[in-house]
Amino acid sequence: MATAAFSTSAGYRDLRRMVLGQEMVLFIAIVLLFVVVGLINPRFVAERNISSIFLGNAYIAVAAIGMSMVIISGNIDISVGSLIGVLATIAGTLALNGVPIIICWLAPLVIGIAITSGMGAIVAYLHIPSIVVTLGMLSILKGGLISVTGGAWLTNLPPEFFLSQTRLFGIPTPIYFMVGLTIAAAFWMRLSATGRAIYAVGGNVEAARLSGIDPAATVVKAFAIHGFFVGIAAVLFATQLSVIQSTVPPNLELTIITASVVGGVSILGGTGTVIGSTLAAVLIAAIASSMIFVNISPFWMRAVQGILILVTVLADLWRRQRQRMGT
Amino acid sequence: MSVEARATRAPFAYHHELLLLIVLVLVVGFLAVGTDKFLTVDNMLNQGRLMTEVALVALPMTFIIITGGIDLSVGSIMGLAAIMLGVAWKNFGLPLELAIVFSVAVGAVAGFFNGLLIIRVRVPPLIMTLATLALYRGLAEGISQARSVRGYPEWFFVLGQGEVFGVPTQLWILLVAIIIFWIVLAKTTFGRSLYAIGYNEEAARFSGIPVDRIKLIIYSLSGTMAGLAGYIFVSRVSTTRSDMGTGLELDAIAAVVLGGTSIFGGVGTIAGTVIGFTLIQLLKNGLALSGVKGDATIVVIGTVLILSILVSNFLQRRRGAGG
Repeated sequence: MATAAFSTSAGYRDLRRMVLGQEMVLFIAIVLLFVVVGLINPRFVAERNISSIFLGNAYIAVAAIGMSMVIISGNIDISVGSLIGVLATIAGTLALNGVPIIICWLAPLVIGIAITSGMGAIVAYLHIPSIVVTLGMLSILKGGLISVTGGAWLTNLPPEFFLSQTRLFGIPTPIYFMVGLTIAAAFWMRLSATGRAIYAVGGNVEAARLSGIDPAATVVKAFAIHGFFVGIAAVLFATQLSVIQSTVPPNLELTIITASVVGGVSILGGTGTVIGSTLAAVLIAAIASSMIFVNISPFWMRAVQGILILVTVLADLWRRQRQRMGT
Repeated sequence: MSVEARATRAPFAYHHELLLLIVLVLVVGFLAVGTDKFLTVDNMLNQGRLMTEVALVALPMTFIIITGGIDLSVGSIMGLAAIMLGVAWKNFGLPLELAIVFSVAVGAVAGFFNGLLIIRVRVPPLIMTLATLALYRGLAEGISQARSVRGYPEWFFVLGQGEVFGVPTQLWILLVAIIIFWIVLAKTTFGRSLYAIGYNEEAARFSGIPVDRIKLIIYSLSGTMAGLAGYIFVSRVSTTRSDMGTGLELDAIAAVVLGGTSIFGGVGTIAGTVIGFTLIQLLKNGLALSGVKGDATIVVIGTVLILSILVSNFLQRRRGAGG
């Protein structure tokens, strides 16, 4: 896996991988979904609905970018849903107390980075598995949030706080964040030394160490950058409605991890791209929305999500098996 | 990293359970001083009733984690089994006795499906059960359409709300389950095989251990116990809802890991798990009685989980360095 990430040769292989890769499959799936459901019910492809699909789920895509990096490094973060809730509440509380809006938007980023770096350091230097550390953190954040806020909603926020409700050239701001951050992260993962190191550590720790990479520091960096994206996701989430609830959508962490995995990030570490995870986030949101338009009860949504993960994982394993036989 | 942890680990030199037992005694003592409502027979029995579902699921989870696997779908299986119990009884018109058997069987099949894909297609357990966490919960929600089933006859509640010899009925079941799981893990070839698989799966395979069959059995067992826990849950709360058991997997895993079972596999005991879920339940309850608001207790549990792993890792490494 690590060798695949390091192979710089053969533009042909890159092209082939792009055409046959997860990104293309997801892209075609999204287009097909819009065409088919659009034919059944034209209101599905109305600008209003498409815009609301992107708007309501951009924060999931942004969080999935960070999650993808953590998973590529061979770890996982199941506290991410609670962390988004905590950071959103912090942003809102600051805004209510008259703190300058720009600081309300930046504070979640800083605190997010601090918390995830802390978790990363425990994982990397104290050798405690990420699933245990983030499981503990999930309890701490979730319980902490509800006991501090008492379940109360934040209302009467200053109007200039609502970043997600603004538009630029008629397009909602969160979409710029989603697209811009995905492209930036994709380049960073491919071209920067740290980005390559994250792939290397996830693929084969020993090989990475022997090639002069510090695995522990790399894992901490992956978590820190994840915190940055979670911070942005929290701001997008906090500013999209006129109130901030002290709870996040149930199983938010599952949806974010699903986006990463369906996007082609191998849970074993070492492979995957952030473009895939963003496309997957869009696909999942589009499927959820389409079910309403073709009169399927939304209660089936989670079953569809589960089947989607299963199918993707099976396809991924099948493809790898074929590749192994091919070479 | 896992390689390093494995090398410095001395499995039998250091007794995590003993440390935990001391912590448990300290916690109970501390909480008993804080409020006189905590250390009473009634309260203790009631806490036992409340923890049974998590405990029943944590036992097979111990087996699974010892082999280096994990089962995130148990909470969803519990929800699905509960829904199928109600549906089989109300909609299919099965006698309630058969509906109960059917719901536990649904749990077994759900677990079997996890195991089958894990051994046949080699899907990593974390991702397989993450997918079925969504799938089984989705089936529960889809089948029930968020409608609850009530109106069970009086005898149905004996298991969840009744008593036998003054002790909640389900605690007897838990006691039997603990003894069986303890004997199987500590005294049988099957139990030894679980450690072998978790310590080195390839080596276990080469020494002729039927690794795949064992995995299939423990994941099916996990599903079955989750189904049983679903039945007990319905019997305890008198109603069937599709969101039952949400987050149960995290409680069960926390109990197992707190009990000293290594998430890397190869190490763990039933005694540790029993102390683990008892400690979590008593902490929750004791803190609530001492006036800590309900949700703040989750914070304490998360902290205890991380700290206990830190301390045990630290002690093990010192052992490893010293010996």
